[in-house]
Amino acid sequence: MDLSLDIAIAMVAIVPFLAAAVAPFIHRVAGAATGWVLAIVPATIFVFLWGFVGPVSEGRFVSAGIDWVPSYGLTLSFFVDGLALMFALAISGIGTFILIYSGSYLKGHPHQGRFLAFITAFMGAMLGLVLSDNVLGLFLFWELTSVTSFLLIGFDHGREKARRAAIQAIVVTGAGGLALLLAALLLNRLFGVWDISAMIGSGLDLRGHGAYGLVLGLVLLAAFTKSAQFPFHFWLPNAMEAPTPVSAFLHSATMVQGGVYLLARTTPLLGGTDAWFVILVTFGGFTLIWGALAAIRQTDMKQMLAQTTLASLGLLVLLIGLGTEAAFLAMALYFIAHALYKAGLFLTVGIIDHGTGTKDITRLGGLRDPMTATFMAAILGGLGMIGLPPLVSYIAKEEMYLALASGDPLSLAILLVLVVGNGLLAAVGLAIMIRPFMGPLRETPHPPHEGDVASLSGPLVFGTIGVLGGIAAVWLGESLVAPAASSIANVAYESHIKLIVDPRSVLFWLSILTWAVAGLAYWRLDALRAGLQRLAAAPRWSFDQGFDAVMFGLVRGAAALTRLLHHGRLELYLVVFFIALAVALLAPLYLLDGLPALPPMPDLTFYEWGVMAVAVAGVVTVVVARRRLFAILALGIQGLAIALLFMLFGAPDLAFTQFMVEILSVVILTLVMTRLRLDHEDPRPLEDFARDGMIALLCGVGVTLLMLRVVSLPFEDRLSAFFATYSAEIAHGRNIVNVILVDFRGLDTLGEISVVMAAGIAILALIRSQKRPAPPEQPLVAPSGDASRSAP
Amino acid sequence: MNTLIFRTIGPFLVAIMLVFSVFVTLRGHNEPGGGFIGGLIAASAIAIYGMSSGVATVRRALRVNPIAIAGAGAALSGIAGFASLAFEAPFMTGLWAIAEIGGYEINVSSPMVFDIGVYLVVLGTISAVALALEDDGGED
Repeated sequence: MDLSLDIAIAMVAIVPFLAAAVAPFIHRVAGAATGWVLAIVPATIFVFLWGFVGPVSEGRFVSAGIDWVPSYGLTLSFFVDGLALMFALAISGIGTFILIYSGSYLKGHPHQGRFLAFITAFMGAMLGLVLSDNVLGLFLFWELTSVTSFLLIGFDHGREKARRAAIQAIVVTGAGGLALLLAALLLNRLFGVWDISAMIGSGLDLRGHGAYGLVLGLVLLAAFTKSAQFPFHFWLPNAMEAPTPVSAFLHSATMVQGGVYLLARTTPLLGGTDAWFVILVTFGGFTLIWGALAAIRQTDMKQMLAQTTLASLGLLVLLIGLGTEAAFLAMALYFIAHALYKAGLFLTVGIIDHGTGTKDITRLGGLRDPMTATFMAAILGGLGMIGLPPLVSYIAKEEMYLALASGDPLSLAILLVLVVGNGLLAAVGLAIMIRPFMGPLRETPHPPHEGDVASLSGPLVFGTIGVLGGIAAVWLGESLVAPAASSIANVAYESHIKLIVDPRSVLFWLSILTWAVAGLAYWRLDALRAGLQRLAAAPRWSFDQGFDAVMFGLVRGAAALTRLLHHGRLELYLVVFFIALAVALLAPLYLLDGLPALPPMPDLTFYEWGVMAVAVAGVVTVVVARRRLFAILALGIQGLAIALLFMLFGAPDLAFTQFMVEILSVVILTLVMTRLRLDHEDPRPLEDFARDGMIALLCGVGVTLLMLRVVSLPFEDRLSAFFATYSAEIAHGRNIVNVILVDFRGLDTLGEISVVMAAGIAILALIRSQKRPAPPEQPLVAPSGDASRSAP
Repeated sequence: MNTLIFRTIGPFLVAIMLVFSVFVTLRGHNEPGGGFIGGLIAASAIAIYGMSSGVATVRRALRVNPIAIAGAGAALSGIAGFASLAFEAPFMTGLWAIAEIGGYEINVSSPMVFDIGVYLVVLGTISAVALALEDDGGED
C-alpha cells in the first residue's frame, strides 16, 4: 500500500475536524454562504470515496493506516470494504446537503459558526467510525460521535429541555461506549491483534470460546445504546431538541446507525449463534413495533419521525439478527433507503416548521399552494417511507419479505411483525405527506413561505436518488448492496436485486398487505392516536422518568456516601486512621503467626542507656503533661534523643535531618497552637483518654512487633552492597544516602518534593482561606515523612 | 520571645545559618548533608528571622513569595532531570562535568542542580508555612 493512499484515507476522517476548527472563522468571512463553502469538504470526500465503488464491488478492499502510537504497535488503521463504503458514502453524501441546509436553516443565528463546526466535526467522527479497522480507533471515533452529538443536542443550551436531552444522550451512549472499550480490549486479548479485519481473518472461532457471552453482551450493550434499541430507546426522541439538521443527520441517517454498523461489522465474529439470533430479532422486532406505535401517538411531526427512526433501527437490527443472505441484502438496501427518505423528511419538516412556525400535524393544512416545492419533497420522502415502486425502499421491503419466505412458523411470526411495523410506518409517511398539504389552508403562527434553494436542495435530491436508485436497482445491488452484505457475512454474495413488480409473487401480495395496514391505520389515524395516547398515559412510569430516577438516585447515593465518610470531624478521622493502622499492623502478624520472639537484652554502653532514658522520659512527659506547650517541648526532647541514637549508631544524615525536623516541628506546632488560640491545658474526659490511649498503645505495640519481626529475618544486603560499591564509582559521590536521594532514586525524590510543595500550598490555602484560625495538620507530616525516607 | 537580645542577634544568626545551609547542601554528595537538610536549616533560619524581626521584614528581604521559591525549586529539579535527554540518555541520568578553577577541581553535575532544587522546595515550602503561621497568629 503506497503512502499517499494511507494518508488520503486517514484524511477522510481527519479533514472534517480541521474544517471544523476553521468553520467559525469561515463563518465570520463568508456569513450565510458558509454552509455552501463547508459543503465542499464532504462533497470532495464523497467523490473520493466514489472512486472505490468499482474496486470494492469486484471484491477487493482497501486497507490503510498511519502510525498512531508506534511504541505500542498501534496503528490508526482504516479499512474500506463494502459495508464501510456504503456507510461512508451515505455520511458524506447526506452530510453535504445537511451543511448546505444548515447554512439556510440557522441563517442569522449568532452561533451558526459554532454549529457548523460541531456538525462538521461530527461528520469526521462518523466517517472515522465506519472506516476504522482498529477497534481502539473505532472506540475513539465512537466516543467522538457521542461527544459531538451531546454538543449538538445541547446546542440551544439556554433551554433546560435541550440541556437535559443532551446529558441523557451522552450518559446513555457514553455508558455504551465504555462497554465498547471493554469489548475492544477483550477482543484484543483473545485475538492478539487490534484490527477487526485481522480478527476476522485469524480463523479463531470466538463463538465456541468461554468469553463469547461476555464479548457479545458488551457489544450488544454498546450497539443497543447507540442505536436506541429497547430498553435504551428513550434518549432518541428527547434528542429531537436539537436543531432539525442535527435530527436529520445524526439522529436518523448516521450516528444512531453506529450501533447497527457495529452489529453488522461484528457479525462475522459474533453472529450466527442462537443467542445472537434470539436477542437481535426479539429486541429489534420489539423496538420496531414500539417505535411505530409511538410514532402514531405523536402530533409533533419531528417526534413522529423520531419514533419511526426507532422503529427503523429496530428493523435493521432484526435483519442483521436473521443472518441470511436475503436479510443482509435487505439490511443494506433498507439502510440506503431509510437514510435517504428519513433525512429528506426531517429536512422537509424543518422547512415546514421554519415556514409556518409550527410542526404540529393537527394544526397544519392546505400548504400545497404556498409551499409547492416542499410538498414535492414531502411526497418523495413519504413515498419512500411507504415503499412504493419504483423506489429503493420498495425493493428493500420485498427483499426483507423474501428473507422470511420460508414458511415455517417462526418466520411467519417475524413476517407478521414486519408487515405490521412497515404498515404503521407507511401510515406515518402518508400522514406527513398528506395532512399538512391537503385540505383547507389552516391558520399558522406566521403566514407560510416556501423554503429557499439551500434548504430544498437536500430533500429533493435525496428523494430523487431514492427513485433513481430503485430504477437502477441492478447497478445499485451490484456496486453497493451486495458488497456491503458480503462484508457483513464475510462471504461473497452475487446480487440478485432488481426492480420487479410481479403480481404472481407472494412478496408483491405482502407489500399489498402492508399498504392495506397502512391505509387502515391512516384512515383511523385520529382514533388510533387518541387510543394510544390514553394507553401511554395509563402507567405512572416511563423509561424517561426511570432515567431521571436512576440519575437522582446516583446523586443522592453519592451525597449520602460522602456524608458518611466525609463528616468533617477531625477527631473521628484520626481515630479511623489509627485504628486502621493498628489493624493493618497487628492482624497479619497474628493471623499469619508472625509474632516475633523476644530479642536478647542488648549490650549497650552507659551513655546509650542514658539517651534511651531521655527518650522514654520525653514520651512519658508527653502523656502526663497537663500543659500543651510542655507536651510539645517534651515531644521535641524525645525526638532529639532519637536523633542522638541515630548519630551513635552511625547514621549521621538521618540524625542531622531528624534534628532539624524536630526543631521545626516544635516551632511550627507552637505557632499553630498560638494561632488556634487553644487553652494552655488540654483536659479530656476519661473515656476519651482511655479510647485514645488504647489506640495509641495498639499502634505502638504493632510497630514494635513489626520491627522486631523484620530485624529477626536474615539481613538482605544485596542493595547495600550495590550502593556501597557503585555510589562513588558511577555516581561520583561518597555519601550513599545523598547519592540515593538525588541520583539512584532521584525520581522518587522528584515526586516527594512535588508532594512537599503541594502540601505546602494546601496548608497555605487552609491558613489563608478562613478568617477564623484554621487547624493545619500537615506541617509535621510532610517533613517527617521525608526524613524517614532518608534511611534506605 | 521578642526580647532585645533575640532581636539583636537574630539577623546574625540567620546569616550564619543560611551560609551554613548552602555549605551543607553543596557538600552533601560526599559528606553528611544535602539539599533536604540544607533546606530545613535555611527554613529554620527564615522562621527565626520572622520571630525576631517580624514577618513583614522577612517578606521584604525575601522579595519573592516563599512558595514561588518552592515552585522554582521543583521546576529546577525537573529541568535537571530532563537535561540528560539532550544527550540522548534516559530521564534523570546523572551528567557530570569537572571544571578546574585555580587548581581546585569543581564538580558540576545534574544531580547537584537537582539537589539545589530540593533545597529550594524545602526552604520555600516550610518557610511559607512558618511565615503564614507567624503572620497574624504569632506574638508580633
